[in-house]
Amino acid sequence: MIPAKFDYVRPSSVGDAVSALAGGGEDAKVIAGGQSLMPLLRLRLAYPELLVDIGGLDELNGVTDGGDHLLIGARTTHYQVVHDPLIAEYCGLLAEATGTVADPAVRHRGTIGGSLAHADPAGDLPAVILALDATLIAVGPAGSREIRAGEFFVDYLTTALEPGEILTGIRVPKLGTDWGYRYEKFHRTAQAWAIVGVAALVRRSDGHVAEARVGLTNMGSVPIRAAAVETAAAGALASSETLREAASGAAEGTQPPADLHGAPDYRRHLARVLTGRALEAAAGV
Amino acid sequence: MTATIDTPAAELGRARLRKEDAKLITGQTNWTDNIKLTGMLHLAFLRSPYAHAKITRVDVSGALSQPGVIAAFSGADFAGEQGSLPCAWPVTPDIVIPPHPPMAVDEVRYVGEAVAVVVARDRYAAADALASIDVDYEPLPPVLDIRTALDEDSPKVHDAGNKSYEWVFANGDVDAAFRDAPVVLERNYRQQRLIPCAMEPRAVVAQWIGDEVTLWSATQIPHVLRFALSAFFGIPEQNVRVIAPDVGGGFGSKLQVTAEEVLAVLIGRKVGKPVKWNESRTEGNQTVHHGRDQWQRIKIAADTDGRIRGLEVDLLADMGAYLMLVTPGVPLLGAFMFPAIYKMDAYSFKCTGVFTTKMPTDAYRGAGRPEATFAIERIMDELADSLGIEPLELRERNWIKHEEFPYTTICGLTYDSGNYEAATAKAKVLFDYDGLREEQRLRNERGDKVRLGIGISTFTEMCGLAPSRVLGSLSYGAGGWESASIRMLPTGKVEVVTGSSAHGQGHETAWSQIVADQLGVPFEDIRVLHGDTQVSPKGMDTYGSRSLAVGGIALVGACDKVVAKAKIIAAAMLEASEDDLEFSAGRFSVKGDPEASKSIQEVALATFAAHALPDGVEPSLDSDATYDPDNFSFPHGTHLCATEVDTETGFVKIRSYVAVDDVGVVVNPLIVEGQVHGGIAQGIAQALYEEGVYDDAGNLLTTTLADYLVPSAADLPSYKTERTETPASNRLGVKGVGEAGTIASTPAVVNAIVDALRPFGVRDVTMPCTPERVWRAIQAVQSSEQSGGAA
Repeated sequence: MIPAKFDYVRPSSVGDAVSALAGGGEDAKVIAGGQSLMPLLRLRLAYPELLVDIGGLDELNGVTDGGDHLLIGARTTHYQVVHDPLIAEYCGLLAEATGTVADPAVRHRGTIGGSLAHADPAGDLPAVILALDATLIAVGPAGSREIRAGEFFVDYLTTALEPGEILTGIRVPKLGTDWGYRYEKFHRTAQAWAIVGVAALVRRSDGHVAEARVGLTNMGSVPIRAAAVETAAAGALASSETLREAASGAAEGTQPPADLHGAPDYRRHLARVLTGRALEAAAGV
Repeated sequence: MTATIDTPAAELGRARLRKEDAKLITGQTNWTDNIKLTGMLHLAFLRSPYAHAKITRVDVSGALSQPGVIAAFSGADFAGEQGSLPCAWPVTPDIVIPPHPPMAVDEVRYVGEAVAVVVARDRYAAADALASIDVDYEPLPPVLDIRTALDEDSPKVHDAGNKSYEWVFANGDVDAAFRDAPVVLERNYRQQRLIPCAMEPRAVVAQWIGDEVTLWSATQIPHVLRFALSAFFGIPEQNVRVIAPDVGGGFGSKLQVTAEEVLAVLIGRKVGKPVKWNESRTEGNQTVHHGRDQWQRIKIAADTDGRIRGLEVDLLADMGAYLMLVTPGVPLLGAFMFPAIYKMDAYSFKCTGVFTTKMPTDAYRGAGRPEATFAIERIMDELADSLGIEPLELRERNWIKHEEFPYTTICGLTYDSGNYEAATAKAKVLFDYDGLREEQRLRNERGDKVRLGIGISTFTEMCGLAPSRVLGSLSYGAGGWESASIRMLPTGKVEVVTGSSAHGQGHETAWSQIVADQLGVPFEDIRVLHGDTQVSPKGMDTYGSRSLAVGGIALVGACDKVVAKAKIIAAAMLEASEDDLEFSAGRFSVKGDPEASKSIQEVALATFAAHALPDGVEPSLDSDATYDPDNFSFPHGTHLCATEVDTETGFVKIRSYVAVDDVGVVVNPLIVEGQVHGGIAQGIAQALYEEGVYDDAGNLLTTTLADYLVPSAADLPSYKTERTETPASNRLGVKGVGEAGTIASTPAVVNAIVDALRPFGVRDVTMPCTPERVWRAIQAVQSSEQSGGAA
C-alpha cells in the first residue's frame, strides 16, 4: 500500500483522542480496524493529514450488559461480536449479520464502530442497527451525546457525527425470546459486498406477527427501513403467503444504486424476494 | 563410499509433498519485491486517464522538485531507444502490427498506458510526485466494440485501421456438409474479457554494472525475455542476464515482454542506479495483458441421428490497442480445437483480429482452447436438445472411439491417445448421473423454485507447446523445444538444470522424481535449478502446459546421456565389458554376477578423482539434452457439473462437480490434483464471476478485487476427481495438465445453468452468468411468451 503522506497518533484515552481529532480539523480521520479507511488510502481516494488510531483504547472494547440494553464498544471487532454470548442471547440478528461481513481476516480486524461510522450503504451493519432501533454514542469536545440510528445515517458515507466527534459505543435494546430474526444477504461471492441485504426482526404472538422491523442494505444512499412492509406485516397471520404479500412493498420509496452487480430494477426485485424470505425465517414459518 | 543403498521405490506416481512448499508457507521466498540493492531507486508510472487521446505536452519538471525525486521522464525522453514492444506471432503475411512504444509518445490508446515515469528514493516519494507532472491531452474517440470497430465510420485506433488480420482454415467440403443437412444450428457466444490475477503482482528490478544488465522480473519467460531485450532493444545478448526468482503465479499474464520491464532496463541505464518497480493490484488490473474477449459465431450441421456433418466458426477477437508477444496467435490456438473430440466431414474457421482502445489481450490459462471448447460443448448441448437426443449419447455418437487412435482430425491434428468412453463411464458413476437426472425430472415436475441442471463437458485440448516445425508453419517466431542438463556432483548428488521456468507448478518436486527414477538416486539428493539465464542458459520457459510434456522428456534424454557415460566408467571400474553391464535402480552390475557392481554415486566419485578413467573419457558426469516434440499433447476428460439455480433471484450454486481427467502417466498425483482443482476454479470463475468491464468512455471499471470478483474456496464446491490413464506417445507417457481444468469447466457450468432453465425456454446465458443475467434470461423468455400470447 502506497498511500499519501499522513501523520499518525495513537492516543491512550478517549479524551486525548477527541483532542487530537479536534486539533486535526477536517483533515483528521479516526482509524480503528482500518478495514474501510485503508482501501481508500490505498487507492488515494482519501487524503487525511492525520490519522487518530483508537485501536489502543481498551475502554471502547467489548460488550457490557446494561439491563434493558447491551452496550457495545465501538472498537469491538466483528469477530468478537460474532462470538459474544450476550449478543448471542439478546441480539442474535447482529451476530448473524456480522458473520457475513467480508471474510475472516476482515472480521478479525474490522470493528462495529468503524463499519457504522463509515456509513457505506452496502455495509451490512447499518441496516441491522437501524432495524434494532439502536442508539449511537458519540463523544466530542462538547461532551457526549446520543444519536438514534434512524438519524445517524445522513447520506452516502456521511453520518451525523460532527468533525471532532468519535463514535464510542452502540446501545442496542435487548430483544426477548419472542423475537425471531434473519439477515438475508445477497452477494455474488462470499467476500463480496451485499447487492441487497435484508435485516428482519419479527415478534410473534399467537401465530400472528405482532411487530416486524425490516432494514434494507444497499437500497439507497443510506440504509433504510421498509416501512410499508412493517405496516403490512404487523398483525398479519404468520404464514408464508401473508409475509410474502407484505414483502411485496419492500422496494417502496427506495432508490437503489446501479453498478456492475445489479441494476435498480433487479435490486428492487431482490428486495422483495429477500424480504419475503427474511420475514419467513424470522417468523419461523 | 559404500554401496548399501536399497533399491529405491519408483518415484513416478508417488504423491510426494512438494519440495517448494516449506519455503513458501514459512515466508522464505525470494520474490522480486524482496530484492533490495544498494542505492536502489523506485519507479512510479503516470498512466493515461484516457482511452484514446493525442498527447500534446508532457512536462515532468514539477516532479523533479518534489522531495526524494531523482529523475522523471516522458515518452519523448526514450524516443531514440525504446523501439517497439515485440509481437512474436505475425499470423498472416499482411497482418497489421502497429508500433508499440513502451512509453507513449504522441498518442495513448488505452487507459493505463504509461506516459511518464518518476524515479525516486522510495516508492512513496515516487507515487507522490506523479501528481506534479503535467500532461495535456487532446481526447480522441474511443473504440470499444469489436462488432462495430470494422464499420467504415468507426473511429480508428491506428492509422492503418482497426483490422489487424484475418486468418482462415478449412478442410473438407463445408458447403456440401451444410447443404441439405437435416439440422443446422447457429449460435453466437461471448467470451468475456478476463483479467489475470496472479497472487504476486508484477515486479521488476534492473541493475546495470558497466555494460552488463541484470533484470529480475516476476516473469514466466526469462529466456524469451533475454532474447527480446537483445534482439529488439539492442543490448548484446551476452550482456543480458534475466532472473525469474520465486514467481507467484502467472496463468499466461507473465508470458510477456512488458513495457515496464523494458523501461526499467532503459531507466536503470539512464540513472546509473538499480531501479525497482512493483505494481499495485489496481495498476495490474489495468495493465497486465487481459485474456479471452471474443465474439464467436458457430454453426453446426448434423443428420437427424445426431451425426455431425460439418462445423463453421467465425470469430471476432479483440486484440486491444496493440499486438503484444503472442496476442494475434491466441485465438488460433483454438482454431484446431473447435472440432474437439468429434468426427466430422468438414470444418471451416475464420478469425478476424480487431483493434480497440483497451488493454491488449494475450495468453491467459488455456489461451484459445477454453474459448473453442466452450463453443463446441455449448452447441453440442443445443444440438442434443433440438434433436431430442440425450446429450451424453449425442457426444458418444460423434466422438473418436478408443480403438480409432491414433486419429487424425478434420483439423489435421493427430491425437495420439485417448479413451473418451472410459473417462465418461467413470464420471457418470462418480456423479450419479442417472440419479441426478431423475431428481431433475421430479423437481421440474413439481415446479420447484430452485431447479437442478446438469452440465457436460467432454473435452480435449492441445498443449505441450510445441513441435518447432508446426510453430514455424503457423508463423510463430520461435521454436517449441526444451532443454535439460544433469550434473552429477562428486558426492553422488545431482543438480538438474531445466529451461522451463517454474512459477508455482512444482517443477522442483516433479523433476526430482523423474531424475530419481532415471538415475536411481534418492529424491532428496536432487536439486533442481531454473529461472536464471546464467544458471540455465537455454530454454523456452513455461506456458501452454509444456514443462513436463516437453521439458520432462528433455530431462529423460539428459539422464540417458549420464547413464551412458557412467556405464563406460563403471565398466572400467568393474573390469567388464560395457555390453555385459546392466543398469538398474542406480547400480551397474555385471550380468550374471550381481556381486560385481558399482553404484552411480561410486561412479561419480571415481569420475571426479579421474585416477583411472578409460582413455579419451573426460572427467565429468554431466549432460545436456534438448527435446523437440513431434506432436502436441492431448489430455482429455469428462467433467460433469450439477447446479442449483434459484429462479427467483438468479443465483447459481454449484452442487457437485466431477472431473475425470486423462493426463496420461502421472508423475505426482498431488501436483496433478492441485492443477486440476485450480484449473476448475479458474474455469468456474469465467462461467460465473469474472469479467473485465470498460465503460462507454473506455475506463476500466473492474480495477479492484471488490469489482473484479475472483472466487475463493468459500464459493466453490468440493470437487470429486478421478483419472483414467492412456499413456501419451512420449517416453514418459505424460500429457500436459496445467490448463485442462480451466478448459473443461467453463462449458460444464454454463451447460448446467442452461439445462436447469430449459423448461422455462432459456437457451443461453451470457458469461459471466451473474444472478442478474440468469434472472433476466428467465424474465426475457417469460415476457416474450406473454407478448407472443397477446399477439
